[in-house]
Amino acid sequence: MSVDKATVKRVAHLARIAVTEEDAERMTGELNAILGFVEQLNEVDVSGVEPMTSVTPMAMRKREDIVTDGNKAADIVANAPATDENFFLVPKVVE
Amino acid sequence: MTLIDTRTPDPKRLIPGATGDWEIIIGLEVHAQVTSNAKLFSGASTSFGAEPNANVSLVDAAMPGMLPVINEECVKQAIRTGLGLKAQINHKSVFDRKNYFYPDLPQGYQISQFKQPIVGEGKITISVGPDRKGEFEDVEIGIERLHLEQDAGKSIHDQHPTMSYVDLNRSGVALMEIVSKPDMRSADEAKAYVTKLRTIVRYLGTCDGNMDEGSMRADVNVSVRKPGGEFGTRCEIKNVNSIRFVGQAIEYEARRQIAILEDGGKIDQETRLFDPNKGETRSMRSKEEAHDYRYFPDPDLLPLEFDQAYVDELAKDLPELPDDKKARLISSLGLSVYDASILVSEKAIADYFEKVAAGRDGKLAANWVINDLLGALNKAGKDIENAPVSPDQLGAVVDLIREGTISGKIAKDLFEIVWNEGGDPRALVESRGMKQVTDTGAIEKAVDEVIAANPDKAEQARAKPSMAGWFVGQVMKATGGKANPQAVNDLIKAKLGIVE
Repeated sequence: MSVDKATVKRVAHLARIAVTEEDAERMTGELNAILGFVEQLNEVDVSGVEPMTSVTPMAMRKREDIVTDGNKAADIVANAPATDENFFLVPKVVE
Repeated sequence: MTLIDTRTPDPKRLIPGATGDWEIIIGLEVHAQVTSNAKLFSGASTSFGAEPNANVSLVDAAMPGMLPVINEECVKQAIRTGLGLKAQINHKSVFDRKNYFYPDLPQGYQISQFKQPIVGEGKITISVGPDRKGEFEDVEIGIERLHLEQDAGKSIHDQHPTMSYVDLNRSGVALMEIVSKPDMRSADEAKAYVTKLRTIVRYLGTCDGNMDEGSMRADVNVSVRKPGGEFGTRCEIKNVNSIRFVGQAIEYEARRQIAILEDGGKIDQETRLFDPNKGETRSMRSKEEAHDYRYFPDPDLLPLEFDQAYVDELAKDLPELPDDKKARLISSLGLSVYDASILVSEKAIADYFEKVAAGRDGKLAANWVINDLLGALNKAGKDIENAPVSPDQLGAVVDLIREGTISGKIAKDLFEIVWNEGGDPRALVESRGMKQVTDTGAIEKAVDEVIAANPDKAEQARAKPSMAGWFVGQVMKATGGKANPQAVNDLIKAKLGIVE
């Protein structure tokens, strides 16, 4: 599998990362090098092997259904460029 | 998913067009908010109507370095719901990131389940009708899957000329997305499906089902085709928030698609919005590359795993579900299918009825709950939760009828007094002198008086026994409705010398 420059630009757009023509050119090469390496990994036969999801075997940690957090609206919006009455304000987005 | 047609085209569900009949194909994705105290991956509260951003933790606001930890109760609620849908419970499921950008989604992705959901295929039996003959038809609707995911925040667009307001209180609240198979063939079936699903989650206590608070909302997939033909291209109507609107949106959308196809056009697969004010659907400006969500397993979360014993433990404590309860009311209390259907339609009604019926005549209790209580609630525009007459009070009224202490007619008056003024029915019967007169002497006196006052009518009645009913009415009136009607009837016949 390999990518062309158009794919690189599309992926960058989906991730909302600004990429210049020049950078897109360079990244196409870098990404293809990475994909080439992954391709090499594909040569290993892993049929019947469960995907590893954790380095040490462990079960997912769970929390109890108790309210332990919240009531800090001022902290939550503290870094926002624009707020009103603890709402975040963003440039108008409407469908 | 591969689409499988489980239904045979049914003439009564087809809708006519200029080029012949059309069949509507409907599949629903219902988002049901999980009933829990805290959110799916944080310890912030899920309570409705809090101050802006009050129910938000640093996890919900997606601050750097925060990690999600799953709320086990939400997992249990999803399993309970899966059991209620008679569905396969997957002992291993995986959380994925669904990536898109929107201001009310601070993470830049929604944690959802894509390839391996917690619940697989199941089914719901819906009841459609009554038809012109007053009959109901049961239809089985397949469930494709149920998965757990996070809700997004809320954007408000009408507070400012150039800015949108964002409140993250809902952000991270647990949702169950329940996906049906494309098994529905009319707006009525879709409405019955949402109604039944809501009843089931309310019985289970896994979602409160309050659509006006956004606890349940539906994405409605609609396509049309010639009966029994290939599936057509579908449109998805997003976020429909009432059962009535589900019906209206489908009716409108089906006719819109038929009009396009009959004009030789083709349907664009797109996302549409239902406008309740205009009663129509309209295209949402399609988000550029909206469907490229680039799902991948969330590296912050291990797979969700549990064993069968865990599921069995939850199954053991599952409440009786509406279909089972209906069957029991019919078989053990002898109720009609119609009455049982009404009583189980809402958990609150069923609970109320079971309290009234406990240790009493089920049919009599059912009559009073359905005809008198539900009738009065409907007239007053009240919910059963706020009924002025408690199950204990209504039970006492039923007891008083059963014992013969009051007549059925007096019972209606008594019900009205309890409804308006409250109080213990038994004490009210005493204090207001509503007891049925069983003293034959007193009834006899009244009968003698009425006969003596109406010699001509007495003559007619002797010749034509059906006239005796008039005397029963007069005696009941004279005794203020408190005489036992059967005793009155017997006495009148004896006095007039009517032999049957």
